[in-house]
Amino acid sequence: MRLLEFQAKELFREYGINLLDSKSSTNIEEGRKHAKELGYPFVIKIQVPVGGRGKAGGIQMCQNDDEFELKYPQVMDLIIKGEKARAILLEKMADIKKELYLSIFLNRSKRCYTIIASSDGGVEIESVKNQIIKEIGLGDVSDKIANEVAKEIGLEGKIADGFVDTLKKLSKLTIEKEAELVEINPLAIMQDGAVIALDGKFVTDDNSNFRHDELQKYQEISEIEKRAEKSGFSLVELDGNIAVIGNGAGLVMSTLDMLSDNGGKPACFLDVGGGATTESVYEALTLISEMSKVKGILVNLYGGIVKTTVVAEAFLQAYENNLIDLPVFSRLKGTESEKAKKMLQGSRTKIYDSVEEAINAAVMGVKN
Amino acid sequence: MIDIFELLKGKPEDQDYMKKGVIVQGITGAYGSIHARHMIRDGTNIVAGVTPGKGGQKFEDKVPIFNTMQEAVDATNAKISIIFVPAKFFLGAAKEALEAGIKLLVAIPEHVPIRDTMLTLELAKQKGAIVIGPNTPGIMIPEVIKIGIMPVTPFKAGKIAVLSKSGTLLYEISDALTTAGFGQSITIGIGGDPVNGTRLIDAFEMIKDIPDLEGLVIVGEIGGDSEEILAQRIIDSGFNKPTVAYIAGRAAPKEKRMGHAGAIIMGTYGSAESKISMFNKANIPVAKRPVEVPVLLAGKMEKSD
Repeated sequence: MRLLEFQAKELFREYGINLLDSKSSTNIEEGRKHAKELGYPFVIKIQVPVGGRGKAGGIQMCQNDDEFELKYPQVMDLIIKGEKARAILLEKMADIKKELYLSIFLNRSKRCYTIIASSDGGVEIESVKNQIIKEIGLGDVSDKIANEVAKEIGLEGKIADGFVDTLKKLSKLTIEKEAELVEINPLAIMQDGAVIALDGKFVTDDNSNFRHDELQKYQEISEIEKRAEKSGFSLVELDGNIAVIGNGAGLVMSTLDMLSDNGGKPACFLDVGGGATTESVYEALTLISEMSKVKGILVNLYGGIVKTTVVAEAFLQAYENNLIDLPVFSRLKGTESEKAKKMLQGSRTKIYDSVEEAINAAVMGVKN
Repeated sequence: MIDIFELLKGKPEDQDYMKKGVIVQGITGAYGSIHARHMIRDGTNIVAGVTPGKGGQKFEDKVPIFNTMQEAVDATNAKISIIFVPAKFFLGAAKEALEAGIKLLVAIPEHVPIRDTMLTLELAKQKGAIVIGPNTPGIMIPEVIKIGIMPVTPFKAGKIAVLSKSGTLLYEISDALTTAGFGQSITIGIGGDPVNGTRLIDAFEMIKDIPDLEGLVIVGEIGGDSEEILAQRIIDSGFNKPTVAYIAGRAAPKEKRMGHAGAIIMGTYGSAESKISMFNKANIPVAKRPVEVPVLLAGKMEKSD
């Protein structure tokens, strides 16, 4: 999961990484209280799980009550890259001398954690110049390595000490919380030489969730995703109107690609996992039936050993129980497909021999 | 470098040539028992199973079950094991296998924490062992040995190597290859996790010198940069066998995990565009649909004739 800035900062605070005073709120009444406690000037920062907030107007300076009353709702109402505000963070203003970049991230191809640091922070990582990169195995950062990094980005004295301290704490946090990425950008050097995290990005390894009850409060999961997870499905909601169901993440992604190529708009990605049974397909249809935007269902199942009749049975039950009243365009690779086609004759589920035919039919049959 | 074919087939002088023994860890579990049965049916020589507490019993009245990997290895001398335990018990099972002398570990479980995979790989490196997975369908030489969960119907013995991050796409694309007359010399499931025991580049090293190899198919997906690194290696190594790629996830949104733990685009890291452009640079055509793979492969073969 990806934490919001204020959540990442809660963890930073717990690990002793220096921060400015800040408070998060979800409505203006709460915000007004925080404004009084913090005192002007401060910054209003939208909390969304995507980058590029500044450019989109999601970070605003605030000098007085009038500005606050105007800007708080403005920022709250922004939609950035399709994401609504989850909260608003008010943070004290900083007297910044210089902005650095610092992150520890899992380098997948090298199969080790990597420190990336630069003296030119404050821009997106793709544009960060003069990057120092160090491989650190399972994430542990020794004094020696931390000092080397500080030196290589040109830090000295008290500032270098502050940087080393931050880097070591970040390493501890990465290891203990099993993060895939922890980023501080910018990491600010203040006029007085203090080193302070002005932003925070934190992505955890979802597969380690069972060891981290303490992080579960940050899990942002819709009711429907929760139920999908319970059934062992992967579900990602999308903006279109054709639900895509299949088995295997690669196959479902591939189906989304082909549907999009042909002008169709996927409403969701639903991977029912390994095998397909009457029960699992029925449960998938149950989830889909609750998404009002769905106008048709595209099913692509590759079952080497799956009987397509077993899957067809799920569709028949779904119609019989009035679970769905939607057209279903399906490609079922597996045994007994002739029999399955017969079973579904006269129903709103059509079986096609190839996924291409099923997709074409879905695009034609579900007009926007 | 361990020779994967020697591990999987053995040498002609070996007593168990072409029927190397495989141990199934978690053989009495729901998932392990089904696939142990399938592997036996499909011709794999399953010599032992391991389930703590069930030592002394037999699986399907034939395969002896042991309490520990050490006992199973001592009794059978097997060098290959396949793991079917729940993800949270994976690290323990993998350590046990590697400590007992297993040289090829096929890790089926999905949802293994990255840290546990990394610890497993550290130990595997010390022990000189290969890990395939986690979250892999397995590895297979069609009609010789199958260590995994794949159905055998899509596959046929032949001379094309298929490396895939995805399970069902491996079946789908191998099926299309088989139908078009391209059998497979070996298929390796890399797995859909962020960290892989055998990366695409490692799998490429395993197969690139197969003497009668006639082509290579790479089935990638969004996330990470292992496709890009492989494309660069293909350029650098001068590998000149006809090669075709397929990348799933062109239409996937950013910052969302698409089913596989590893299938996520972060910023521009892991995007389909980046992978496709690197393959293009390596002069490797990228199919837009799985069924195009054999067509493009045939095209490449014509050109190289």
